[in-house]
Amino acid sequence: MATVRLSFSPAPVHVRTARLVGVAVARRAGVAEELLDEVRLAIGEACTRAVALHRQYGLADLVTVEMSDTESYTVRVIDHAPIEASVGLTKLPPDELADESLTDEALTTGVGFALLAGFVDDLQVRPVEEGTGTEVRMVWPVARR
Amino acid sequence: MELSLATRTVDGHTVLEVGGEVDVYTAPKLRERLVELVDAGARNVVVDLGRVEFLDSTGLGVLVGALKRLRAASGTFGLVCAKEPLLKIFRITALDQVFPIYASVEAATTATASDERDGRGPAA
Repeated sequence: MATVRLSFSPAPVHVRTARLVGVAVARRAGVAEELLDEVRLAIGEACTRAVALHRQYGLADLVTVEMSDTESYTVRVIDHAPIEASVGLTKLPPDELADESLTDEALTTGVGFALLAGFVDDLQVRPVEEGTGTEVRMVWPVARR
Repeated sequence: MELSLATRTVDGHTVLEVGGEVDVYTAPKLRERLVELVDAGARNVVVDLGRVEFLDSTGLGVLVGALKRLRAASGTFGLVCAKEPLLKIFRITALDQVFPIYASVEAATTATASDERDGRGPAA
């Protein structure tokens, strides 16, 4: 079992670092080359969501990304925002996407969730086991070496 | 790779060439440039994503914002994108039904010019 854990302050500039590390570990774990773009995008979206929530609630706590390749490649992105912040994660229908009344934040959240749901077959969003926050758990298959 | 932005004019259209990574960190710079262009009077805007290596939901949000701004100003807005991974992002989010997406700058400028001639108004 190999686990890599990365924690970063909730600043947009660090999301790219999380993407780069996430893809490097995925490659090392044996995730198929053609899935790496999707891994990059999904980890980026999950981290962007976590950073946005921490900033929205004024939380300085670190966002954690945990990568493990025990059976498959599992990435957990953990935030510490109140759980109700995760309510309302739904895909927006096309006719609402360019609606004038939709705020930029609502649009980005809806589009971000559509990307996560569209690119990750095995996706779970659930409360953290201890304390306050949400865990976005994403799993990809690996080729055994 | 950092975000790169370059503007040129093609057949009366303002073409913004975007390169590198458009994400939660760099998207505000793209938004700022698009707002500057519209504030400066650009009404027919084409964003060329040909050199974009990464695009996330915040980047998509900025592009939708530009589309709305130009609609409100009776302008046109089009995207140039021929890369399959990026096109897949537009399909998954259903934004391919919101943006006019063209394979080349020439196709984009020709299409939006004929829209104006036909009185069809803003694209999308």
